[in-house]
Amino acid sequence: MIAYAVRRLVFALTLVFLVSSAGLMLVGLAPGDVTDELFATGVSAETIARERARLGLDRPLVEQYAAWLGRVSRLDLGTSLRYQRPVRDLLAERIGFTATLGAAALLLATAIGLPLGVLAGSRRGWLPRIVRATSITVLSVPPLISALLFALLAARTGWFPVSGFTPAPAGAGWLAAASNLAWHLTLPTLALALPFAATIERLQADATVSALGEPHILAARGRGMSDARLVWRHSLKPALRPVAAIYGIVIGTLFSGSFAVEFVSGWPGLGRLMYDALTSRDIYLAAGCAAAGSLFLAVGTIVSDVALASLDPRLRRQSS
Amino acid sequence: MTRTFGRLLLVLVTLAAAAAPALAPHAPSRQFPDHLNAPPMRVRLVDAEDRWHAPFVYPWRLVDRLASQYQEDRSRRVPVRWLTGGRLWSADPDAGPLLLLGADRLGRDVFSRLLYGARASVGVALLGTLGALLIGALVGGLAGYAGGLTDDVAMQIADFVLLLPAVYVVLALRAALPLVLDAGDLFLLLTALFAFVGWPMAARGVRAIVATERRREYAEAARSLGAGHARLLLRHLLPAARGFLAVQATLLVPAFILAEATLSFVGLGFGEPTPSWGTMLREAGSNVRDLAVFPWLLSPAAGIVGVALAVHLGTAGRTSTQLIGAARHDR
Repeated sequence: MIAYAVRRLVFALTLVFLVSSAGLMLVGLAPGDVTDELFATGVSAETIARERARLGLDRPLVEQYAAWLGRVSRLDLGTSLRYQRPVRDLLAERIGFTATLGAAALLLATAIGLPLGVLAGSRRGWLPRIVRATSITVLSVPPLISALLFALLAARTGWFPVSGFTPAPAGAGWLAAASNLAWHLTLPTLALALPFAATIERLQADATVSALGEPHILAARGRGMSDARLVWRHSLKPALRPVAAIYGIVIGTLFSGSFAVEFVSGWPGLGRLMYDALTSRDIYLAAGCAAAGSLFLAVGTIVSDVALASLDPRLRRQSS
Repeated sequence: MTRTFGRLLLVLVTLAAAAAPALAPHAPSRQFPDHLNAPPMRVRLVDAEDRWHAPFVYPWRLVDRLASQYQEDRSRRVPVRWLTGGRLWSADPDAGPLLLLGADRLGRDVFSRLLYGARASVGVALLGTLGALLIGALVGGLAGYAGGLTDDVAMQIADFVLLLPAVYVVLALRAALPLVLDAGDLFLLLTALFAFVGWPMAARGVRAIVATERRREYAEAARSLGAGHARLLLRHLLPAARGFLAVQATLLVPAFILAEATLSFVGLGFGEPTPSWGTMLREAGSNVRDLAVFPWLLSPAAGIVGVALAVHLGTAGRTSTQLIGAARHDR
């Protein structure tokens, strides 16, 4: 078990290292650099050359990379070339927003998808059909589109903010801050969560159907066990397995979806920051964002595997 | 039944994209300065006095240019012209445009742009899918056939690409290239990027199929009859993966359509004046308050959702996420 945990940790660290290095290299090799914006403002060539020298952009990329590696080993992610602030501070500000949005969407999707999936998988008649039809429809509306539709709804009704996030005034108390957060968070969360709720519902319904077809369920039914107990106690755990298996993937997909949602609804998260870093050729910020994003992914796959192992004793034996 | 319906819908969208010049009433970049943000026109059969006619529309009369307010001009009927000037339907140019889905803020016909946009969006998605399947079948086939080190290395790479969120990979690679490109170069570039992020799923599946098929009696028989490696792989083993590849294709097409839309939405895909579903959404989403007044600007969303729905009906609701989950589960 310890060897397994160590292996997973090494893999996670390698992933973060590789992805952030790739981020830095990719943006470093891209045509143009962060001083391009100065050209547009009509700054003289000398000033730009001086600025490039100050930022270290005139040195070969390998040298810049080596210097960055040296700083990273001391847990210093460098200074954003564009914002002129430490990358660590920028990331700390934005990660909270993306994590809140992602966690809220994941919770909501599970809360809607799981029970509906169990219901749709264990009953017959019109209810499962309606759930299934709704799921397939909702599944076809990706977060980019649902975010636009919710923005349209917000603009028409005025019930929710159309875009962006305005923090509650300082000293307004935690209750006001929480309700302010919820008010801003509702639509982006819904936009992101609905397709996932549908995915989870479909998976859970299929898994429930096959779990209820197992011989031990038939035996339990033969002993006179009630339907509710069969569905919610005896078939739920094996039926959760396929759902838990996709959670690791869902984190990645959620992250991709949150990019679109952040863009449409002006949510100040990591996706937007990453975009800014890429297009303004901010190599250290791009590397930092890539590191943060891959950390999310690595944690997601580990959490998913732990969940899987706790649901399936066979996997525990294999991995130890 | 629903499966057939889904596939039919997909074929229809592709045909509509191919036949855009014949189906669109107007050229996609043609501007009608008197119809900025004009609402959709209703094709009618019955006029204001309850008399029946061949299909016709009432033209829009501008009431307020600043607020883009229009009123139906009930005094004249504009009949729909059929099969004139190489177009299925249009209106007499002197009587004004035929705006079936309204006009955008530059006065361009949204319906025509939707059709022409399908060419860029669906075209790039179809070609990207083709590329992804070709690479996937080749890498997966070789890995499954050769086994050993080749297999391990190829599948490690595939797993790594599979783990990264595709949108960010495409975004990062796209952003690393010159930001301004002409439409033709961009089309090729997007196709290549989509093929690059799409191949691992196909490769994993093909590898698993080829690795099992390789040991079957018919493969042994072909080998003992003297079939070479290439012939065995291409003629005997890969055809076994046809069904799997077809399912893959139906999953990749809507994913790539969405990827194009996302890229163009954030300004890294197609740009003006090339119409694509993504650029149309970008224009619609750039001012959400306008969107509330001119909701027909969201029409491309219907295209994206329609293709996804067609695919989900065709595959009974199994998504790529589920399939990746299944692939992970098999390991």
